[in-house]
Amino acid sequence: MSTITDPPQGSFRLSMLLNDTRYRGYTFQFIALVLLIGAMGYLMSNLFSNLAAQGLNISYQFLDEPAGYGIAQTMVEYTSQSSHLQAAWVGILNTLLVAFLACVTATILGVTAGVLRLSKNWLVAKLMSAYVEAFRNVPVLIWILVINTIVITMPSPRAYRGETPDTEMLFGLIAYTNRGVYIPAPTFGPGSMVVVLVFLASILGIFMYRRYAIKQLYDHGRDLPTFLPSLALFFIPTLLAYFIMGRPIGVDVPALQGFNFQGGTQIGRPLIALWLALSIYTGAFIAENVRAGIQAVSKGQTEAAASLGLRPNRVMNLVVLPQALRVIIPPLISQFLNITKNSSLAIAVGYEDITATLGGITLNQTGRAIECILLLMLFYLTISLLISAVMNVYNNSVSLKER
Amino acid sequence: MSDTHAHSVAYVRETQLPQQPPPSTAAGPVKWTKDNLFSNIPYTILTLAAIYCIYLILSGFLPWALNGVWNTSNIRECREVLEGATGGCFSVLTERWNQLVFGTGYERSQYWRPTLAFALLFVAAAPVLFQKLPKGMLAFTAIYPFLAFYLIWGGTIYTPILAMVGFVVGYVVYSRLVAGSFAAGFFGGLAAAVVTWWLGGIVVSAITPDETFLAAVPSRDMGGFMLNMILGVVCVSLSLPIGIALALGRQSNMPIIKWICVIFIEFIRGVPLITLLFVANVILAFFFPPGTNFDLILRVIIMITMFSAAYIAEVIRGGLAALPRGQYEAADSLGLDYAQAMRLIILPQALKISIPGIVNVAVGLFKDTTLVSVISMFDLVGMIRGPILASTDWNGVYWELWAFAITLFFVVCYGISQYSQWLERQLATDHR
Repeated sequence: MSTITDPPQGSFRLSMLLNDTRYRGYTFQFIALVLLIGAMGYLMSNLFSNLAAQGLNISYQFLDEPAGYGIAQTMVEYTSQSSHLQAAWVGILNTLLVAFLACVTATILGVTAGVLRLSKNWLVAKLMSAYVEAFRNVPVLIWILVINTIVITMPSPRAYRGETPDTEMLFGLIAYTNRGVYIPAPTFGPGSMVVVLVFLASILGIFMYRRYAIKQLYDHGRDLPTFLPSLALFFIPTLLAYFIMGRPIGVDVPALQGFNFQGGTQIGRPLIALWLALSIYTGAFIAENVRAGIQAVSKGQTEAAASLGLRPNRVMNLVVLPQALRVIIPPLISQFLNITKNSSLAIAVGYEDITATLGGITLNQTGRAIECILLLMLFYLTISLLISAVMNVYNNSVSLKER
Repeated sequence: MSDTHAHSVAYVRETQLPQQPPPSTAAGPVKWTKDNLFSNIPYTILTLAAIYCIYLILSGFLPWALNGVWNTSNIRECREVLEGATGGCFSVLTERWNQLVFGTGYERSQYWRPTLAFALLFVAAAPVLFQKLPKGMLAFTAIYPFLAFYLIWGGTIYTPILAMVGFVVGYVVYSRLVAGSFAAGFFGGLAAAVVTWWLGGIVVSAITPDETFLAAVPSRDMGGFMLNMILGVVCVSLSLPIGIALALGRQSNMPIIKWICVIFIEFIRGVPLITLLFVANVILAFFFPPGTNFDLILRVIIMITMFSAAYIAEVIRGGLAALPRGQYEAADSLGLDYAQAMRLIILPQALKISIPGIVNVAVGLFKDTTLVSVISMFDLVGMIRGPILASTDWNGVYWELWAFAITLFFVVCYGISQYSQWLERQLATDHR
C-alpha cells in the first residue's frame, strides 16, 4: 500500500538557506545588508580618519557666523554682515525666482512652438522643428554662456549719454545695457490698495460670471455672451477706482543718472542669461511633449466631436485638449523639475542662487565642504520630492478610471 | 428617328481627347504654395512673419560666415584684414584647433594617438550599432577599451594588457561555473579577475621600464572636445550594466534590496549633476583610504556614472513594466530560474523597448559633460572660457568659438538621435 505523504514540515536544515527559494531571499538580503553596512562603515572610518588627519570636524556652527560677502541680487534684506544662513536663504529665494520665471516662459514658448509645429503651414512647421532640434541638441550651459555674451556685447550705459546718444531707450521706457535690462516699475501711492482690491474683485467677478453663464447654458439652454462682459468687468471697475482714488499708481521709468541708470527695476545680466537660456532650452523639450500629447489623441475623437456638430474651437477645448493634457502634464512637470535643477548652472554666469552662495562662496570661505554640499543636496532633494508628490497627486486625479 | 436625332445634335466628338494637365493654379508649386503657405489670412500673416524671421537670421549670419577670415594669428591681424567689414575671425579655430580638440596634454607629434583612438571608436561601435555587420568584429569591440586607454593615456603597455588578462580569466571562470548557477559563475569570475589584477599589479610594477613607447599623459592635462567624448563614452558604457542591475533590484520582491535601489535612484535623480561634481571635486577624496590619491578625472567618472546609472535604471524599469505579465509567467512555466529568465526572456525584450529612452539619457549625459568646466576642468567649454578667451591674442572672439562648440555638439547629438529613430524602426516587430 502506497500513500502520498506530505513533504516533512518544519524540519529546517541549514542548506535550505541557499537551495530553497522560500528562504534564499533572506540569505541574499542578509548578505546585501552586511555588505552595505560594511561598505558604509569603511567609507565612514576613512572619512573620520581623513578629517582627523586634517584637524577638521563636522559642525554647523559656521552658519551663524557673518558671511562677509555681498550679493548683488537679493529679494530680502541682506548685508555682508548677515550670517551664512541668511546668505543661503537669499540663494534659495533666487533659485526659486529664476526657476519660476523660467517655468512660465518655457511653458509659453513650448506650447506655442509645439502647436505651431503641427500647423499645416509648411514654413512655420519647419521653422519650429529647426528651433526644437537646434536647442535640444546643444548643452544648456553653452546657451547660458551664449546669452550671457549677448548681454555683455549690448551697449554700456555710457552709450545713452550726451546730446546725440549712440543708443536710445526702447519706446523711451526700457534700457538695455551690458549690466542688465532696466524696465519701468510701478509705484504705489496712498489709496493704491483700493485699486488693487477692486482689480482682484473684478477678476473674481469674471470667474463667477463665467460659471453663471455655463450654468445657464446647461440648465436652461441660454447661451449668454461671455467675451465682452468679461472684457468690461476686467477694465471698467479698476479704471473707475483708479481715477476716483486720484491716480495713486504711477510708473517709475529708469533714467540715466551719472554713470548708470536709476529707478525702475533692474534685471541683472546673470538673471537674464539664466532665465532666457533655461526658457529657450526647456521650451524646446516642452514643445516636443506638447506635440506628442496632441498627436496622442486619436483622429477619431476629433471626427466624432465634429460629427456631433461641435465647432472647431469647441472641438479643441472640450474634446482634444482635456485628453491631450493628460499626456502632456506629467512630462511638463518633470521639465519644471529639470529647470529647477538646471538653475544650479547659475554659478557659471555669477547669478547668486543657492549653489553659488552656499555651495560656492560660503564653501570656499569656511572650508566646510561636506556640510555645505550636504545642505545643498538636501535642498534640491526636498524640491524634487515635493514636485514628484504634486505629480503623483495629479496623475491619480486624471488617470482613467477603468472598470 | 436616328436621322432626326443626328440633326438635333450639332456636333458629336468621335475621338477621345488626351488628358489635359490641371490648370497651373490647381497643381504644382502654385497650388502647393497656396495650400501650405497662404491658405487663409492668419496663415499668410504667419508665413510672412516666418519669412521675416528667416531673413533676419540669414542677413545676420551669412555675411559673418561667408566673409570669415581663416588664416591670421591673432584678433588684431584679423580685424586689419577685415578693415571694418562684417566677418568672422575663424582663424581662432585654425590656430587653436589642437587646444580646442585635444587639450594641452600632447606633444605636437603625438596628436595621432587620440585621433586614432577616435577613428577606431567607430570601428568598435559599428558591430554594436548595426546588427547586420559580421559578429567577428565584436572581438575588436572587446579589445577597444584597452587599446583606447593605451593610446590616450600612454605609459606602460602592461597596464592595459593586465586589465584585459583579468577580464579574460574572469570570463573563463564564469563560463565554467555558470552551468551550476549564475550567482556562482558571476562571483567566481569576479573573484578570479580581482586575484589576477592583484597578482599582476605586483608583477607589472616590478617590470615597468622607465622609458615607454608612448609617453604617459597626465589626465590633468586632458581637455578639449576629447574630454567630453571620453567622459560621455566611458560613463554611458559603465552605467548601462549598473543601470540594469539597479532596475532589476528595484523590481525585486526582496524588500531590503529594493529599498537600497530605490533610495539610491531617487537620491541621485533628485539632485543636480553639478552638486555631484562638487562631491567629486572636494568631498570624494575624504572617503578614500588615507594616503591614496585618485585622479580628478577618475573621481568625475565615478560620479557621472552613478548619475547616469540612476537615470538609465528608471528607463529600463519602464521597459520591464511595459512587458506583458505573460512573458514572466511563460519563463517561470518553462522552469527557468531567475537569472535564466532575465537573461534569456525578459531583458532582451525590455531593453529593446527601452532603447529610445536609453539614447535620450546618453544624449543628455553627453551634453552634461560640459558641466565639468564649472569645477575647472578644461573640456571644450572650459577651454573656450578659460585659456582662449582670456588670452591677449583672442580676447573678444566670442561668436566664432561658441558657433564651433554649438556645431560640434549639435552634429554629435543630432546624429545619435537620428540613429536611435532608425534603430526603433529596425526593431519594430509589431504589425501596424
